[in-house]
Amino acid sequence: MDRRTALKVAAAAALLLLPGAAAAQDAVKIGLIVAMTGQQASTGKQIKAAVDLYMKEHGDTVAGKKIQVLLRDSAGVPDNTKRLAQELIVNDKVSVIAGFEITPAALAAAPLATEAKVVELVMAAGTSIITERSPYIARTSFTLPQSSVIIADWAAKNGIKKVVSIVSDYAPGADAEKSFTERFKAAGGEVTEAIKVPLANPDFAPFLQRAADAKPDAIFVFVPSGQGGTFMKQYAERGLDKAGIKIIGPGDVTDDDLLPGMGDAVIGAVTAHMYSADHPSAKNKAYVAAFQKANGFRPNFMSVGGYDGMHLIYEALKKTGGKADGDSLIAAMKGMAWESPRGPISIDPETRDIVQNIYIRKVEKKGGELYNVEFATFDAVKDPGKIKK
Amino acid sequence: MLTILFDGIAYGMLLFVLACGLAVTLGLMNFVNLAHGAFAMAGGYCCVILVNRWGVPFLAALPLAFLFSAALGLILERTLYVHVYRKSHLDQVLFTIGLVFMSVAAVDYTMGSSQTFVRLPPWLEGQFNVGGVGVGRYRLLIIVICGLLTLALQLTLARTRFGSRLRAAVDDARVARGLGINVGSVFALTFAFGSGLAGLGGALGAEILGLDPIFPLKYMIYFLIVVTVGGTSSITGPFLASLLLGIGDVAGKYYVPSLGAFVIYTIMIAVLILRPQGLFVRGGAR
Amino acid sequence: MSPRPLFADVSSRLAARSHWHPLEVAFWLAAIATIYALPSRHLILTEIAILGLFALSLDLILGYAGIVSLGHAAFFGFGAYAAGLLAKHGLVTEPLLALIASGLAAMVLGFATSFLVLRGSDLTRIMVTLGVAVVLREIANRYAGLTGGADGLQGVEITPLFGLFRFDIFGHTAYCYALGVLLVLFLVARRIVHSSFGLSLLAIKGNPLRAAAVGIPVNARLVAIYTIAAGYAGVAGALLTQTTAFASLSVFDFDRSADLLLVLVIGGAGYLYGGLIGAIVFKLMQDYLSSLTPQYWPFWIGLLLVALVLVGRERMTSWTRPIRALAARLDWRDARGRAAIPAEGR
Repeated sequence: MDRRTALKVAAAAALLLLPGAAAAQDAVKIGLIVAMTGQQASTGKQIKAAVDLYMKEHGDTVAGKKIQVLLRDSAGVPDNTKRLAQELIVNDKVSVIAGFEITPAALAAAPLATEAKVVELVMAAGTSIITERSPYIARTSFTLPQSSVIIADWAAKNGIKKVVSIVSDYAPGADAEKSFTERFKAAGGEVTEAIKVPLANPDFAPFLQRAADAKPDAIFVFVPSGQGGTFMKQYAERGLDKAGIKIIGPGDVTDDDLLPGMGDAVIGAVTAHMYSADHPSAKNKAYVAAFQKANGFRPNFMSVGGYDGMHLIYEALKKTGGKADGDSLIAAMKGMAWESPRGPISIDPETRDIVQNIYIRKVEKKGGELYNVEFATFDAVKDPGKIKK
Repeated sequence: MLTILFDGIAYGMLLFVLACGLAVTLGLMNFVNLAHGAFAMAGGYCCVILVNRWGVPFLAALPLAFLFSAALGLILERTLYVHVYRKSHLDQVLFTIGLVFMSVAAVDYTMGSSQTFVRLPPWLEGQFNVGGVGVGRYRLLIIVICGLLTLALQLTLARTRFGSRLRAAVDDARVARGLGINVGSVFALTFAFGSGLAGLGGALGAEILGLDPIFPLKYMIYFLIVVTVGGTSSITGPFLASLLLGIGDVAGKYYVPSLGAFVIYTIMIAVLILRPQGLFVRGGAR
Repeated sequence: MSPRPLFADVSSRLAARSHWHPLEVAFWLAAIATIYALPSRHLILTEIAILGLFALSLDLILGYAGIVSLGHAAFFGFGAYAAGLLAKHGLVTEPLLALIASGLAAMVLGFATSFLVLRGSDLTRIMVTLGVAVVLREIANRYAGLTGGADGLQGVEITPLFGLFRFDIFGHTAYCYALGVLLVLFLVARRIVHSSFGLSLLAIKGNPLRAAAVGIPVNARLVAIYTIAAGYAGVAGALLTQTTAFASLSVFDFDRSADLLLVLVIGGAGYLYGGLIGAIVFKLMQDYLSSLTPQYWPFWIGLLLVALVLVGRERMTSWTRPIRALAARLDWRDARGRAAIPAEGR
C-alpha cells in the first residue's frame, strides 16, 4: 500500500475535483453521444461533421437561446452511452440527448429520457422498436424495414424470383431480413436461404460462396455501414457479378462513405435507401459541396440524420418560443415537416418516427466517381414495422 | 468444396505471414509484442498511399510496404523497445498496448476512420475456372507469395549462418552470447524483419480483411491464436497452425454458418487443453 | 529449534502483516467521504467502484497466484446476465439476493473452467481464457431470445434495495450500494490473502514445483482461488447490471478484459489496492481525456502508458519515499513487515 499510492491517489483526487461545466442561464444544451472511436467511428464522424456544418450555416442562437453541443464519445459501448447520457442529464442539464450510433445505445438511454423528461433524438440507429421505448424519442435517421420492403417490391416487379439473403447477425439485420422476406414472399418470390454473418470481423468469402452455390437471381444483403466495402470486394472477387447474380438490399452496402473506393465491380448494384449523395436537388448539391469542402470526404446517409436532427431541434425551439423542456419540445417536434438534403421528410405525429421518400438507386460512374443514381421514388414511406400494429 | 479449401488455404497463409513475425519475436526475445498488428496496419496504409495516391503498381508497392514496416520496426526497436526488454511481461503488455492506442489514434487522425481499399490492377480482380473450381486471382497471388516467403524463410533458417545464429539465440540466448554471437544485432534484425513481414501481410490483407484504423485491435487475437497453437520454436509450427485455423474458419462458416464464429476459438481451446505448449513444439524448447 | 517458538514467531508475523496500515484506513475513509463530498460525481464513482471490484478479482489470481488471464470478462459478463435475467423474469427481486446468486453462478462457471488454466505457460493461459470469453460472447449472441442478443437485455427493472432505496437517476443509491459491496468483499479478500491459504498462493506463484514439493496441493489451491476470483468478477458484473438496469454483449468484450489488465498493471498487482488505485486513475484519466478530445483520446492514454513503462514504476516509487517515511513515523509498529509486495516473478 505504501508505494505509489500517495502520488496516484493525489493525482486522481485532483481530477475528481475538477468542476463540471457551469450552467449558463440562456443556453440550450444538446448532449451528442456517438461513437468517435471503435468500430462505429465512421458513423460518429459523419454525424459530428453534419452537426458542425448545420451550426455553421444557421448560427448558434435560436429563439433567443444559445445552442451548446456537448460531444461525448461512447466508443460503441452501450453502457458508456447510458452513463454519459445520465451524466449529461444530471450534471450538465441538457435538454436533448442525441446521436446513438447503434440500437442498444438508443435502447439503453430510453428509460433515462422517460424519467428525466428529456428528448432523445435518434440520429443513426435503425431498428423499428426504438421509438416505442419512450414517449420522448424522435428519430431523424431511418428504419431498416423502410428500405427492405421497398426493395422487395421492386425486386418482385423486376424479374427477380429467387433470392438468398445475407444479413449481419444483430437486430437491424434481423429487421431487414424479416421485412424483406415477408414482402417478397407475398409478392410471389422465394427466399431460398437466410444466412446470418457475425457482426464483428466478418470474412464474407465463405458466406458468399454458400450463397452463390444456391444459384439465386439476386443476393439480398444488409451489413452495417462500414462493412459494405469488404462485402462488395468479396462479391467481385468471387466473380458473382459475372455469374449474373445481382446485389439488392438497403443502401448500407453501397454507403457513400466507402463507395468511391469499391472499384468498378459494384456498378449495377440496385439498392433502396433514403439518401444518396447524388440526389438531384439544389439543397443537396449545396449540402454535399459544403460538407466536402469542410471535411474532405463525402456525406453519407448517417450524416443527414445528424443534419436533420439539428434542424428539428432548431425548428422545435422556434415553435415553442425557446421553451426547452421535454414535453414542449416533443410536442413541437411531432408532425414537423421540411425539405432535407435527402428530399421531403416529416416526423410522424403518432409514432414520432421519420417519414421520408425511399429511392431506388443504381450504382453508376459519374464524372469518374461512383455514385448511387436514383431512378425511382416512393413517396412518404412510413415505417412498415409499425403500420401493421 | 475445393473452392472453400482454396479460400481457406489463402486465408491461412495470409494469417501466417502476418503472425510469423510475432512468433519469432516471442520465441526469440520472449517479448510479448501486442503492437505487432500496428506494423501490419502501417504496411497496409503505406501500400494504399503508394497505389492509390502515387500510382505505384501494386506488385511494386508490396516490397515497399515490407521495407517501410521493417524500417519502422528497426527504428522503434532501437529507440523504445530496447528499454523494455528487461521488464516483466506485464510491463511489456502495458507498453505495447500503449503503442497500439497511439498508432490507432494517429492513423485515425491522418487517414480517417473509414475503411480504405487498395485499387487493385484489373488482372487481379475476379477469378478463373480450373476444372470447375473457382480460383480467385487475388487469393492465388496470396498463396504464391506466401508460399515463396515460407520457403525462403525456412531456407534462411536452416541453411544460412544468420539462420543458425538466430536458432541458437532462440534456444538459449546466454549461451549464444557466450559463444560470441552478437545477440543484440540478431534481435534488431529479426525484429525488423518480422515487422516487415507484418507490413507485407497488412498490404496483402487489406483487400480481404479490410483496412481501417482499428485493424490492430481487431486482428491481434488471430495472430495470438496462431502463435499459441503453433508454438514459438519454429516456423513450421505457426505455418501449419495458420493453415489449420484458416481452413477451419472458412470451412466452418461455409458448412455451418450459424456456428462459424465459434470454430476458430474452439479449435484453439481444444488444442491448448491437449497440448498446452502448442501443437508443434520440439521437446525441450520453451 | 523446538516447534513452539517457531510457531509463535510465524503466527505473530502473519498477524503483524494483516494489521491495518494508517494509509489503508485513510483510503477507505476518503472513499466513504465521497458519498457526501462529491454528490455530482456519483455516476462515475459507481463505475470506478465496479471496475475496482473487477480489478480486485483479477488481482486475486494474477497478483497472488500468478495466473495471467485475458478473459476475465467471461465471469463479469456471466454475472451481469445472471443478475439481469433474475431481475427481468422476477425470479429474485431483492437486488442484494440477486447479487449473491449471480456471484454464485459465476463461481460455478469459474470452477468449471478452472481446469483450463492449470497447465501451460503464461501465453497458453492468456489465450485459453481469451477463447473462453469469446465463446461465451458468441453463445450469448446466439441465444438472442434469452439474452436479447446484440440489442442487449431489455426490460430489466431493478426493485428498490431492501425495499427502501430506489435506484435513482442521480446514482446515489447505486454508488452507496456499489461501495458497500466493494468494501465488504475487499475485507473478505484481505482476510483470505493474509491467511495461510494466501501465503501458500504466493508460494505457488513464486515456484509451483517447490511449493508442491513442500506439500502444498497446488492444483487444489489454484482451482479454489480461481473460483473465488470468478465469483468476485461475477458480483462486479451483477453490480453493473443492477446499477444501470441494462446488460449488453459488451460485458464479454475482449476490450473489457484488456482494459482490466491495464488497470491492474497501472496500479500494481499483488497488494490488493493496486486494482482499486488503477481503476481510479484509469477511469478518471479516460473520462477527462475523452471529454477533452472525444476522438483522439486513445492517443493520449497510449502515450501515458508508454511513458509509465519507460519511466519505470520503480522510479515513481522513489518519489513517494518521503511520504512513506512520514507514514512510517506516524505508525510506531514496524512498517516493513506489513503489506510486503512480492516481486512479479515469471
